[in-house]
Amino acid sequence: MTFTAFAIATLIKILVVLGIFSALAGFGTYLERKVLAFMQRRLGPMHVGPYGLLQVLADGIKLFTKEDIVPQNSVKPIFMIAPVIGAATAFIALAAVPLLPEFTVFGVTVHPIIADINVGVLFVLGVMASGLFAPLLAGMASANKWGLLGAARTAIQLLSYEVVTGLSILAPLMLVGSLSLIDINNYQTGGFTEWIVWKQPVAFVLFLIAGFAETNRTPFDLLEHEAEIVSGYATEYSGMRWGMFFIGEYANMITLGFLASLIFLGGFNDWGFIPGGLAIVLKVSFIFFFFLWTRAAWPHVRPDQLMWLCWKVLMPIAVINVVVTGFVLMM
Amino acid sequence: MSLEQFKDRNVMQNYTYIPVDKPPVKPMDKFKQVMKRTFKGELFVGLWVVFREMVKFDIHTVKYPLEKLPVSPRYRAVHKLYRLLESGYERCIGCGLCEKICIANCIRMDTRYDENQRKEVTEYTINLGRCIFCGYCAEVCPELAIVHGQRYENASEQRAHYVLKDDMLTPLDFLKEGKQQEYPGFGATSPNADERIKKTPLAY
Repeated sequence: MTFTAFAIATLIKILVVLGIFSALAGFGTYLERKVLAFMQRRLGPMHVGPYGLLQVLADGIKLFTKEDIVPQNSVKPIFMIAPVIGAATAFIALAAVPLLPEFTVFGVTVHPIIADINVGVLFVLGVMASGLFAPLLAGMASANKWGLLGAARTAIQLLSYEVVTGLSILAPLMLVGSLSLIDINNYQTGGFTEWIVWKQPVAFVLFLIAGFAETNRTPFDLLEHEAEIVSGYATEYSGMRWGMFFIGEYANMITLGFLASLIFLGGFNDWGFIPGGLAIVLKVSFIFFFFLWTRAAWPHVRPDQLMWLCWKVLMPIAVINVVVTGFVLMM
Repeated sequence: MSLEQFKDRNVMQNYTYIPVDKPPVKPMDKFKQVMKRTFKGELFVGLWVVFREMVKFDIHTVKYPLEKLPVSPRYRAVHKLYRLLESGYERCIGCGLCEKICIANCIRMDTRYDENQRKEVTEYTINLGRCIFCGYCAEVCPELAIVHGQRYENASEQRAHYVLKDDMLTPLDFLKEGKQQEYPGFGATSPNADERIKKTPLAY
């Protein structure tokens, strides 16, 4: 393949991924509102379009046309760039994620991954972790005490749970012996019983818990918990800048769904009679649904409980898991 | 009951205290508590409850502008002025009791004698911006001429809209269609009033 062909193909992939995942992030808000409403015996959005489907569009128009307020005492350049970091890192993380199995369109074999780098997991986790700068800088730059509290919570929560994510994912990586997400996926070709979740159930649970903390979802949504710190780091944001935080959060949720499916739940291998492409979409959808489900069911924890859980419970368990996996592999 | 007893404000209440365990202090106890809570399955009970509600799909939403909950007949919303059923005359005899009793001082009426020497109400206004919807006017009215209706959506572009007599008075064509419902609510006679009535003996 020539360089031009490669460049054009990559550019098309980038545009497709960007378009689809921005739309999915928007659609995710609709799904979240609907699912939460049904679980609380409400109807959710119903008036804009059939079953409220065009609510996303209405919200988009509202966000785009709202006044872009930058507070007087804020550090303006940082205040303005912080949401961009949030959205950008969320999408950049998707670059190394194989989204679907290979397929052929018009005689061209398409690899649905933008950059097949051999340290895919590291790249994705690293970029997702650097996304912590978005709420951190936003909160610190916005000259608001709630924003500052949100930023402080960002720093402790995301940094701490990064450790748990890394350690929990280490055990499956030791099994596979590769950091490439495609290799991890191919390791689980054997079908339902070959899924890594059966070999590493503890790591799976730890990874999910840490994922909730890193995407700032309900049991651990301390960064912008309304009852305590108004809206946390996003207090001073409005309009599209706030919307970018939102898109970033939902894109992160989807990325995390992909990661969990690829590493633990068999990825895009065929699942019985279900073809691989559909299988991974189902798995990611279930994990996304699980995010919403817990939001409807569970209360959130206190910051000190969160830290206690991270450093005194989850991290030791993760380390023990790694050690045990190591011994089993040696024998 | 003696006065002493009556003055005693130390009321004994039968409070039942729910036994609450002391929060764990030692790290190991804390860990045990977390483990107990983790593996007790309470989190999964929560998940199950919301999932069950989603699947049951027992939606309680009232789509308000399209659907409305029924209002009690005794609800005291915007007033209505009624007409006599057969003749179509206004029931109001201009006695002015409602104007007198109104504690918010929002009723104002003007009367005169018409050509039949019958009291006629020329102006009847209720300032709904001041009305507290206490229902005294409806209760005191001897003719059941002013009653409280069910119309609670009284948003308007102008305050002047709050006071118009024409809005409250039953329209004539409405009356002819027999749509003026007899008032079951505040200050009205009971449905079986005819049975309960005691005839005044005329001859002693």
